[in-house]
Amino acid sequence: MECARLPVEGLDEESVGWLRRLGADGVDRHAAERELHARLVRIALAEVRRRSAGTPVTGRELDDVAYQAAGDAMLAMLGKLGDFRGESRFTTWAYRFVILEVSAKLGRHYWRNPTVALDAGQWERLPDRFGIDPVRHAEAAGVLAEVRRVVDEELTGHQRRVFVAIVVDGIPLDALAAELGVRRNALYKVVFDARRKIRRALVANGYLDEPGWEQR
Amino acid sequence: MSDLGRLERFLRTDPWDVGCDEALAVLHVYVEAVAAGGDAPARYPGIAAHLAACGPCAEDFAGLLLAVADG
Repeated sequence: MECARLPVEGLDEESVGWLRRLGADGVDRHAAERELHARLVRIALAEVRRRSAGTPVTGRELDDVAYQAAGDAMLAMLGKLGDFRGESRFTTWAYRFVILEVSAKLGRHYWRNPTVALDAGQWERLPDRFGIDPVRHAEAAGVLAEVRRVVDEELTGHQRRVFVAIVVDGIPLDALAAELGVRRNALYKVVFDARRKIRRALVANGYLDEPGWEQR
Repeated sequence: MSDLGRLERFLRTDPWDVGCDEALAVLHVYVEAVAAGGDAPARYPGIAAHLAACGPCAEDFAGLLLAVADG
């Protein structure tokens, strides 16, 4: 475990207390670790329940995800105590670890009971994904056909696969990141570039009137 | 065009958007700024732009904000 730098100038009293106890030896440190772990478990349980509607993981497995997330977050956080720079309260910094761990674990667990297979390509569901009223599907068909043309003809193979999985098939970004073994940020950038490319094509071909933020 | 509003908004890309890695690295700072009632989006426009566009990071933000509120 890395040793916390003590004290951090300007830090609130509670945070200084946490750092002092976690940086101590023996009983004090173990008590602080147990207390912090209990908090992370409570937060993880609340977080998996808050997200339960958006994941196929249910019941006891969901609680297991929370306990695993709290344990892994605790280890990761203790290993990075030396990185804490006092930009926030210590607990806010520590809680971030467990929230991100819940995200990652739910992404990985998605594939135990996926709602859609990778590369399904459910283009017929695209209007619903963008909340287009069924009575106006015919009206939107031209724009959506152009979106598909750009995806098929102008995106790279990797961009196409990621865009279809996330946007067309609605696979959670963290689930796809886990499946492909990449970071969330990597997939976000792929979709970001695809969005820009599609928008430019829609503007160039008269489907959208204005350029949007990208030329700001 | 109103029925295509969500698609149109989705396709917009904000050049201020910092991406997931940068947003998550300072999420604790941003959450405290929001919890304190300050104008966090004005202070951290790149983070705000990202959270407006990235569902997973927005979920993490919402979760951390609740965790902080609950103590």
